[in-house]
Amino acid sequence: MTATLVKEAAPPPVVGLADRARRLRRRGRIVALLFALPALLLLGALVVYPVLFSIGRSFFDASGTRFVGGENYAEMFRDPATLKAVRNTAIWVVVAPALLTGLGLILAVLVEKIRWATAFKLLLFMPMAVSFLAAGIIFRLAYDEDPNKGVLNAAVVSVHDAFTGTSAYPTARARDGQGLTAGEDGSYRTGASVSPGDSVALALVGVPPKDLPTDAEPAYAAAGREAAPDELRGVVYLDFTPGGGGERGRVDRRESGLPEMKVEAVRDGRTVAGTTTASDGSFRFSGLDAGSYTVRLPASNFAPPYDGISWLGPALVTPAIIGAYLWIWTGFAMVLIGAGLATLPRDALEAARMDGAGEWQIFRRITVPLLAPVLTVVFVTLVINVMKVFDLVYIIAPGPVQQDATVLATQMWLVSFGGGNNQGLGSALGVLLLLLVVPAMVFNVRRFRRSQR
Amino acid sequence: MNALRRHLGNGLVQAFLVVVGLVWMTPLAGLFLSSLRSAEDTAKGGWWTVFTSPGQLSFDNYSALLKNAGITQAFWNTVLISVPTTVLVVVLAALAGYAFAWLDFPGRDAVFLVVVALLVVPVQIGLLPVAKLFGQLGLFGTIPGVVLFHVAYGLPFAVFLLRNYFVEIPKEMLEAARMDGGSEWRIFTRLVLPVGRPALASLAIFQFLWVWNDMLVALLFADSSAQPLTVALQSQIRQFGSNIDVLAPGAFVSLVVPVAVFFAFQRHFVQGVMAGSVK
Repeated sequence: MTATLVKEAAPPPVVGLADRARRLRRRGRIVALLFALPALLLLGALVVYPVLFSIGRSFFDASGTRFVGGENYAEMFRDPATLKAVRNTAIWVVVAPALLTGLGLILAVLVEKIRWATAFKLLLFMPMAVSFLAAGIIFRLAYDEDPNKGVLNAAVVSVHDAFTGTSAYPTARARDGQGLTAGEDGSYRTGASVSPGDSVALALVGVPPKDLPTDAEPAYAAAGREAAPDELRGVVYLDFTPGGGGERGRVDRRESGLPEMKVEAVRDGRTVAGTTTASDGSFRFSGLDAGSYTVRLPASNFAPPYDGISWLGPALVTPAIIGAYLWIWTGFAMVLIGAGLATLPRDALEAARMDGAGEWQIFRRITVPLLAPVLTVVFVTLVINVMKVFDLVYIIAPGPVQQDATVLATQMWLVSFGGGNNQGLGSALGVLLLLLVVPAMVFNVRRFRRSQR
Repeated sequence: MNALRRHLGNGLVQAFLVVVGLVWMTPLAGLFLSSLRSAEDTAKGGWWTVFTSPGQLSFDNYSALLKNAGITQAFWNTVLISVPTTVLVVVLAALAGYAFAWLDFPGRDAVFLVVVALLVVPVQIGLLPVAKLFGQLGLFGTIPGVVLFHVAYGLPFAVFLLRNYFVEIPKEMLEAARMDGGSEWRIFTRLVLPVGRPALASLAIFQFLWVWNDMLVALLFADSSAQPLTVALQSQIRQFGSNIDVLAPGAFVSLVVPVAVFFAFQRHFVQGVMAGSVK
C-alpha cells in the first residue's frame, strides 16, 4: 500500500497526461470488446437474430411468400391438433411444477431426520444426469401394457388380484348337455334341483392341461363317495381324459378335479352356503335344511384375468409422462429446497419446539413461510422447463398416441419439420413458447437488478 | 411418551424414505436388467423374472452393440459434439464474463441485461432460422453446426454464471495486479481463471451433461453421419418391442457416462444445476 502511495506521489509529467489517459481508456475499451465479442457475436447471430426472424416469419404463410398477419396465431387455436397441444401444455404447467414442489418440500423436510440423508439425496438427484431419451426408454419399458412385461402393470395387477382374487379358470366352460346351464352373468348352475343326500358331478371343459393347477388330483375317488343325509356333495372336474378314451359326462379314472373352484348352494334364488373345491375338485355343504337346491359355480371363477391399466393409452398418456418427469426432477426440487432449509434460523425452530409446538405446526407456521422465496424459485424454474418439455413426450408416447400426448414443443416440431412443413405456423408456435416464458424473463431480470443494488 | 412418539415417527419416516428410494431405483434397475436379456426373453416376460431364472442374463447385447457400426459411430459423434461444445462455452463465457464483470465498454450493463433476458429463450425458436442460416453456410447436418448451435444457446447461462462469480473477486486483488503492470490478458489467465476454478468446473460439468443428453438439437442439425447416440437410438424407437435388445443397452451406455460424471463430481454438478436453476 505504501509503495503505491509513494509511486503516485511522484510528480507526474503534466504534458500529455489527459491525452495518455484518453488513449489508455480507448485501448481498454478495445480490449474489453475483444474479450466480449466472440460470445456476443454468437449470441447475436444464433439467438437474437433468430428470435426476430421467427417473429417476422410467424406473420407469413407456409411457404413464406405471402403476408398473412395474425392468421397463423388464429390457426393455432382453430386447428384441433395445435389446440390439443395448447391444452396439454396447460395441464403440464398446472400439474407438474406444483406436484414437484410439494413432493420436494416433503422429502426435503423428512430427509433431514435420517442419518443416510446424503445417500438418499444422491439417489434421487441422479436421474437429473440421465437424458430424457434414456428416461423415455426406461419408462416405455415400465409402462408396458402387458403385465408380464411392464413393471407398473405387474404391480397394479398383483395388488388388484391380492384384493379381489384371481379367477383360476378364465377359459373353462360347461360341457354342453351334461346338466349345467349358463347364467347371463357368466355363471353356471345345475339345471335339475338337488337335495341334501345327493351327490353331483359338474363337468367342465376348455381348460388346457398345462393350465391346470399343479396340485390338481384325479376326481374319480371323490366322485364315488356317498353323501350323508344332511349334506350335499359333489366334484367339479375336467371332463377330458388326456390321450383320449374317456366318456363324456362321466368322471373317468384319469380325469382331473378342478381345485380352488368357488361353489355355492342356492335355494329360492338366495345363496345359502358357499365353499371352495379341494385339490381333487370335491366339495360338500353340510348341515343344510331339507329341500331342493341348485348348485352354482359363480362367474368369478371364469372372469377374464385383470390385465392392468393402459398407461400409454390416449386417456392416461399425459399423466404417465408427467410421472416420468417427476422421476427426473423430484431430486432437483428436494435438493434446492433442502439447501433453503439449511439456511433457516435454527433458533426459531428450537424456540417453537420448546414452546411445545408440534412438528406439523412448525412445518405450517414457520418452515413453509420462511421458505417461500426458495419455493418460488423452484416453482418458476419448473414452470419454465415444463413448458419446453419435448424429448420425453416424443419418446414415451407410442406413435398412434402421439397426437393425444402432444405439447407445444412437439407440435412445433411436427408442424415445422415432421411432415407438416408449415414454417409459418411453426414459427408462430415458437413465438408462443417464447411469449410464455416472458414472465420468467421479467422475473429473472428483476431479480438480477435487485441483487445489483 | 413424547420420546416414544418421536422414535416411532422417525421409524415411519425411515420406512417411507426406504420405499421412495426403492421406487426411484426400480426404473433404472429395470433398464439395466433388460439390457442383459435377449429380445425374445423380453417379449415373454418382465425383467424381474431374472430373479427366478438368472440364466437369461448375458452380455450378448453389449457385444452386439460394440459391433454395431452405426451405434459406435454415434457414440463417438456424441463425444465429438459434447467435448468441443463444453470447451468453447467455458472459454467464450469466461472471456465475456470477465469483460462484463471488470472491463469497461459502452453499453456494458444494458447488454448484460439482454444476456440475462436470453437465459430462458427456448431452443425451439432458433431451430428454423438457424437451420436456414446453416444451410447457406454449409454447416447444416455437420458436427460443427451442432456444436455452434449448442454453444450459442449455452452462452447466456454460462456468461451469467461466470460474470456473477468473477464480480465477487475482491477489487483490491485486481487493482494490485493492474498496478503491477499486468495486461488484462495476463490478469485474466493468471488471476481470474485460477480464482474462478470452482465456477468453471460447475459450468463445464453442467454444459457437458446438457449437450451429451441433448436430442432435439441434433435431431434437426445432425445428418446420419453426424448424429449422436440419442438420435441414433430414437430412430429405433418405432419398433420398440423388437429393438429392445439395442435400445436398452444403448440407453444404458448413453446414461453411464453422465451418471459417472455425476458421481465423480457430485458437488460441482449439484452446484451447477442449482446455479442454472433460473435457466
